[in-house]
Amino acid sequence: MSEVKKIATRESYGNALVALGEKHDNVVVLDADLAAATKTGTFKKAFPDRHIDCGIAECNMVGIAAGMATTGKVPFVSTFAMFAAGRAFEQVRNSVGYPHLNVKIGATHAGISVGEDGATHQCNEDIALMRSIPGMVIVNPSDDIEAKAAVEAAYEHVGPVYLRFGRLAAPVINSNPDYKFELGKGVTLREGKDLTIIATGLCVSASLEAAEKLAAEGIDAKVINIHTIKPLDEELVVAAAKETGKVVTVEEHSIIGGLGSAVAECLGEKAPTPMLRIGVKDVFGESGPAVKLLEKYGLDAQGIYESIKAFA
Amino acid sequence: MNKLELQKTANEVRKGIVTAVHSAKAGHPGGSLSAADIFTYLYFEEMNIDPKDPKKADRDRFVLSKGHTAPGLYSTLAQRGFFPVEDLKTLRHLGSYLQGHPDMKHIPGVDMSSGSLGQGISAAVGMALSAKMSGADYRTYTLLGDGEVQEGQVWEAAMFAGHRKLDNLVVIVDNNGLQIDGDIEDVCSPYPIDKKFEAFNFHVINLEDGNDMDQIKAAFDEARATKGMPTAIIAKTVKGKGVSFMENQASWHGAAPNDEQYAVAMADLEKVGEALCQK
Repeated sequence: MSEVKKIATRESYGNALVALGEKHDNVVVLDADLAAATKTGTFKKAFPDRHIDCGIAECNMVGIAAGMATTGKVPFVSTFAMFAAGRAFEQVRNSVGYPHLNVKIGATHAGISVGEDGATHQCNEDIALMRSIPGMVIVNPSDDIEAKAAVEAAYEHVGPVYLRFGRLAAPVINSNPDYKFELGKGVTLREGKDLTIIATGLCVSASLEAAEKLAAEGIDAKVINIHTIKPLDEELVVAAAKETGKVVTVEEHSIIGGLGSAVAECLGEKAPTPMLRIGVKDVFGESGPAVKLLEKYGLDAQGIYESIKAFA
Repeated sequence: MNKLELQKTANEVRKGIVTAVHSAKAGHPGGSLSAADIFTYLYFEEMNIDPKDPKKADRDRFVLSKGHTAPGLYSTLAQRGFFPVEDLKTLRHLGSYLQGHPDMKHIPGVDMSSGSLGQGISAAVGMALSAKMSGADYRTYTLLGDGEVQEGQVWEAAMFAGHRKLDNLVVIVDNNGLQIDGDIEDVCSPYPIDKKFEAFNFHVINLEDGNDMDQIKAAFDEARATKGMPTAIIAKTVKGKGVSFMENQASWHGAAPNDEQYAVAMADLEKVGEALCQK
């Protein structure tokens, strides 16, 4: 088996911003003293005049972006998910969401795969927070290819978009030449008849691996990648639920308010289906190497496989 | 406009404020009245704006960071011709476009939705920065409350504006001395406000009487002439200015007059208007 290429989606973000900056003069990038980590430093190198370091003041940064958006700029605001969705929540809600301004939030270091920094920096609540803002689009890409496509799509979409990126290198899984990114459209990666695994972000590749392990034991799992959590591809979710009769969601986020909740809300109303939500189970994270943490919190392929086996 | 015309207009703006809040049975007259002269000067003298083309690209921008004084802004916009004065009576009514706090999506002339304190100034800074980056020469104005400067975000924005030398930005603090819970000095004193802005590399103008048109004009002229740093105008004003029983009363921060009080308020303002006509 050839070595699978791995790249962190935050790297993809930085690279995609440069490509976008080359095409569009109105793209500006704001950061809050984390340009090296969020990878907007890549954009800064290419377009120093269009990169604005706001210092460690995320609430102000979001407000500045809102003001710039009213003048026709398309600001990409970057910091860790904890500070973008957490600290600046109300600024995102009132200064960006309420006036529906064309601000893109590039939130990196989402989830427990932040690793060693520990619980204070591991944001497992950002999807829940952003999902509650009317008109907010939320994209959680699964790999380099999808992340770059998502940045491009976020620019094309008029209105606020929350882009969720990770720190840990993720395997490239969308190198299929037919791959096409469409906001709000889920992607079926594996067909199966016994149950459907609906995964997002970093957990998509691990879910595919888990599906193979399940197949070896005679459990045939369909795998859907939901990169756009809001608006959710309800048609695809409902069809898969009806087809397979059981649904498992997998995300590197709290089981409260994220993909699992979005799917449960949809199915609860449209096609009640037995469900299992795999994610961070209403606890804070902790320090440790990212890979070990994913293992401990049951979000690696083995953990996902075991949880599903017990459910199926 | 000459001084007398501005004074008369400000008096009409005040009538609109009182009428709107009375009709809404809720709202914030105190801080709207204290800033009525500043609103009037901005929209009738200082700013490059066009009521027929509220979104024209090269217009000067205004952000009402102390968004609760929307009646003051709306009344001024209506007087200036952005929408009918008659509509002020729909303030805060269900279905009206005149929302309790400024809503840029639906109100002609409103450049930014605001109301959650501390946020408007950041948006104004973003507009000013945008102009600098694009080489546009429009100016950006933002009005803050003196209670509002208790919000930490105000100082994040000030630090950034000073750092970026945004001399196309004017921050005005309506220093009427009162907030909901009482005197700002008793609640949690923000003083010295001027020294704070100075420390963040602003050119600071202490406007001794922010209800005096000559002094307001001098302050904005000085701000316009200031290069290399943003300007903060700390405007000493009277909360509830023009309505006898509302002046310097914290209780009129966010309360509406009943029918009887409304009649007294309008009579007060009529008197002011008549006196101005004698001039």
